[in-house]
Amino acid sequence: MADPLLLTPTPAGLYCPAGDFYIDPVRATPRALITHGHADHARAGHDSVLATRQTLDIMALRYGENFCQTRQIANYGEAVNVNGVEVTFHPAGHVLGSAQICVCDGKKRIVVSGDYKREHDPTCPPFEPIRCDIFISEATFALPVFRHPDSRREVGKLLSSLALFPERAHLVGAYSLGKAQRMMALVREAGWDKPIWIHGAVEKITDYYIREGVELGEIRKVTAADRPKLAGEIVLCPPSAIQDLWSRKFPDPVAAFASGWMRVRARARQRGVELPLIVSDHADWDDLCTTIRETQCSELWVTHGEADALAHWASTIGLRAKPLHLVGYGDEEETSGEEAAA
Amino acid sequence: MNSFAELLDRVAFEHSRNGKLRLMADFFRNTPDPDRGWALAAITGALTFRHAKPAIIRQLIAERTDPVLFAMSYDYVGDLSETVALLWPAPDEASVGHNRPPAPTLTEIIELLDETPKAGMPVALAGLLDQLDETGRWALLKLITGSLRVGASARLAKTALASLGNLEPNAIEEVWPGLAPPYLDLFAWAEGRALRPVTSDPAPFHAPMLAHAIEEADLAALDPKDFVAEWKWDGIRVQAVVGCDADGQRVGRLYSRTGEDISPAFPDVMEALCAATFGDAAIDGELLVVRAGKVDSFGALQQRLNRKKVDVKLVAEYPAHVRAYDLLSEAGEDLRTLTFSERRARLENFIAMRRPQRFDLSARVAFQSWDDIARYRRDPASAGAGEEAPAIEGLMLKRADSIYTPGRPKGPWWKWKRDPFTVDAVLMYAQRGHGKRSSFYSDYTFGCWREGAQGDELVPVGKAYFGFTDAELKQLDKWVRDHTTNRFGPVREVEANRTIGLVLEIAFEGVQRSTRHKSGVAMRFPRVSRIRWDKPAREADRLEALEALIGERKQTSA
Ligand SMILES: [Zn+2]
Ligand SMILES: [Zn+2]
Repeated sequence: MADPLLLTPTPAGLYCPAGDFYIDPVRATPRALITHGHADHARAGHDSVLATRQTLDIMALRYGENFCQTRQIANYGEAVNVNGVEVTFHPAGHVLGSAQICVCDGKKRIVVSGDYKREHDPTCPPFEPIRCDIFISEATFALPVFRHPDSRREVGKLLSSLALFPERAHLVGAYSLGKAQRMMALVREAGWDKPIWIHGAVEKITDYYIREGVELGEIRKVTAADRPKLAGEIVLCPPSAIQDLWSRKFPDPVAAFASGWMRVRARARQRGVELPLIVSDHADWDDLCTTIRETQCSELWVTHGEADALAHWASTIGLRAKPLHLVGYGDEEETSGEEAAA
Repeated sequence: MNSFAELLDRVAFEHSRNGKLRLMADFFRNTPDPDRGWALAAITGALTFRHAKPAIIRQLIAERTDPVLFAMSYDYVGDLSETVALLWPAPDEASVGHNRPPAPTLTEIIELLDETPKAGMPVALAGLLDQLDETGRWALLKLITGSLRVGASARLAKTALASLGNLEPNAIEEVWPGLAPPYLDLFAWAEGRALRPVTSDPAPFHAPMLAHAIEEADLAALDPKDFVAEWKWDGIRVQAVVGCDADGQRVGRLYSRTGEDISPAFPDVMEALCAATFGDAAIDGELLVVRAGKVDSFGALQQRLNRKKVDVKLVAEYPAHVRAYDLLSEAGEDLRTLTFSERRARLENFIAMRRPQRFDLSARVAFQSWDDIARYRRDPASAGAGEEAPAIEGLMLKRADSIYTPGRPKGPWWKWKRDPFTVDAVLMYAQRGHGKRSSFYSDYTFGCWREGAQGDELVPVGKAYFGFTDAELKQLDKWVRDHTTNRFGPVREVEANRTIGLVLEIAFEGVQRSTRHKSGVAMRFPRVSRIRWDKPAREADRLEALEALIGERKQTSA
C-alpha cells in the first residue's frame, strides 16, 4: 500500500512521522494542521496549530483566544516547510477558510481533502482539484442515492413556501458555521431583500463572515419580543432549535432544514422537518467520483462517512482503495458543544 | 408530472391539515385540465395500473446499477421506490443538450401506462424515468406500485377542491361516486363555471346528517315532547343504496360515513341489498356483527374492517348486518325533505313489507322525561335493550320535525354517549408531537401495575396524545423534561416507579384482547381525561382492572 512514512492513520488522526505533525487530530497533539473550523476537525488544546487565517480566526471565536499555544497562518497555494516536509493549503470549497492539505516529501504527493464540495457557494472560494498520488477523501454522502439538486432550486422551494404561507414564520435549521451563511447568501441571490433573522447561536460566525467581506445584506438577531411578529420571515437557527422551546413563540412556524441528509425522506421525517431543503456543504456522489478522477490519483483513502461504498466504487475503476474508518468525524452538529448549548 | 410530484412531496411533510389543504388548493388552481383531474384521481386512489409492477422496477434498476452499491443504498434508504428514484442514472445533460424535451405531463404518463402492453412496460417505464427529475421519478414509482398514500386522504383532496369556490365538501361527496377522472365537469362546477354535474349513478352516496354531542345540563333547555329517542349502536355508520342502471341491472353500494365504497368487503350485506325483493332504496344505518340474533361487540366487527380481500371463513364467523336508522330515498323518491317522523314511518313500513335479509329496524326508545333518558343511558337493559345492552354506546335524540340536512347542523340531532371507562395509569414514555406540537412532548405511553419477577412492575397499556388543554400540555411537557431518565431519538423515558411517577386518568371506550401488545390488552380511543398530580404512582390501577373489562360494555361509573 502507501508509503507508511509520509502519512499514517493513528487513533489520534492522520499522522506524518517525517514532519511530526497530525492533520485534524481528534485529541490534543503537539503539532496540528487543521483543514477547517468545524468542531469535528478543529479541536482546542493543541500546542501549535497551522491553518488558514480564517480557520484560525474561527477557532479563536469558538474556543477563545487561548485555543492553542502557538499558531501559524497558511496562505492558499504557498508551500510551508514543516520539519522538512512540504505542505500546501488549497481551497476546499466547504466553508470560509476551509482547505485541502497537500503533503509532499519530494517523492510522493498526498492530498488530504478534509470536508469539501464542488457546488456553487457565494461565501467561500471554490474547490481546486490537485493532482496527487494518494487522495484522501471524506465520504459523508458517498452513496449513489446522494445526488444533491441545484441549491438554487432548493432556495426556490423556500421562497415559494413563503409566498404560499405568508402568515407563517419559516425557521430554517442550518449548521451555524458555513451552512447558515451560505443559505443567507443564496436567498439574497434569489432576490430576497427583507432582513434575514438569526438565532443567537448563529450570530458570532455570521458577524465574522460579514467582517471578512461576505455580502449578506441586513441581518437581525431575533429577540424574545420579535418572535411572535415574524410571520412571513426567514429565521436561520441551529437545527436543534427547530424543535426547541425557543421555536414555540413564532407564528405557526414551518420547520425547514438545510442539509444533504434531507435527500432521504425518512431522515427528514425522523426530525419532524416540514420543508426539507437539500443544500449540502459536502460533495455528493457524482462530485466525489468526479473529484477523485480529476486528482488522477492511483490510490484512494477514505476518512469518514460511507467509506465502504466509495472504496468499492474506486476499486471498480482500477484504483487501490482503502477505508480508514477514522473515528471522531461526522456530523458537525452532533459534535459541536457550542450549538448543543445554544 | 414534476409539479404534481412536488405537491405530493410537500404535502407528505406538511403537518397541519390547513397547510395540506392550502397546498392542494394552490395546485388545483394553477394546474390546467386534465392534469389536475388525473392528480385528483391519483390522490383519491381512483387509479390502478395492471402491468406496472415492482418486479419490473427491480429489474430495470438491476440493469443500470452496480449490485453492491444498490444493496448498500437500498439498505440505507429502506424504501424501494425512493431508492430507485434517487439512484436512477438520468441521461447526461450534455448528451441531451438543449433539445431536452419537456417532462411528460401526468396525463401523458397515465395514457402511456394504460396503453402499453405488458411486454412493452419495461421500456416504456424506463423512458419515463429518464425524462423525470428525482421527485417525479419517486412519485411515478409510488403511483404505479400503489403506495401513493403520502399524507393526503381522499377527503382532504375533495375538501381542497371544494375550497376553489364555495362548495361544501359534502356536496362533492354526493356527486363523486357517479364521476370519472379527469373530472372536468367537477372542476368546472367547483370553480363556478358550470352547473352541478348530472350523475346517472343508480346508487349514489348521500352526504350524511350528523349529530352534536350533548351533556345532561343542556337537556333542560329542550322539550322532551319534540324529540324521538333511539339507541346509538356501537358499530360503524353506513349507507346502503341500491337502484337500477340504464340496462335494468341492480346496482348496490355500501358506503362509509365519508362516502368510501366499502361494498367489496361485505358480500353478505350486498347479497341481501341487491335482492330483487329489496326494491330501490337508500338506507342510513349502523353496520354491526349480529350472531344468533344478537349484536356482537365492536371487536367482532373489527374482524371485518379494513381488509383488502374477503375471507370466506370470517364472513361466516362474523356475519354483518345493517340496523336501519333512516330512509333517505325509496323507489326514486327523495325523502330527505320529509320530517324525521314521516321518514321513520316510511322506514318502518319498508322493513315490514319487504322483510329484507340482514337489515332490521333500530328500535325507538319510548320515554316521558329527560330523567327517563338519563336512566336508560346508564342502564340500557332497563329500557328493553336486553342482551344487546353491551353493544349500545348511548342514545340519539332526534327532533321529530327535523328534515335530513347533510353535515352537522346544530339543534335537530343530539347524541348522548355513555360515560367512558377510566383507568389511572402511570406515565412511562413521552414522544415529541408533530407540527405545532413538535417542540412539546405530547404523545404519552402509560402503564399499569402487574406482578413481575422482582415484585410489582409497570407494563405499557396504551398511548394517548390528546384530551388535555394547552396549559396542561405545557405542564406535562415540563414534567417530562424534568423527570427524563433516558432518551431514544424523539422519545424520552421518564421516572416511573413506586415513589416517583405521574398518574394520568385515561378515558377510553373499551378494551380488547391483543397479541400485539406486551400487556395483552388494547384500549379503544384512549385519551387523557385528568392529570392526577395528587395521586401517588403506587396507587395507580393494576392490569387486572383492564383485563376485567374485556368484552365488557356496562357502565362502571354511574
Ligand atoms: Zn466540515
Ligand atoms: Zn467533517
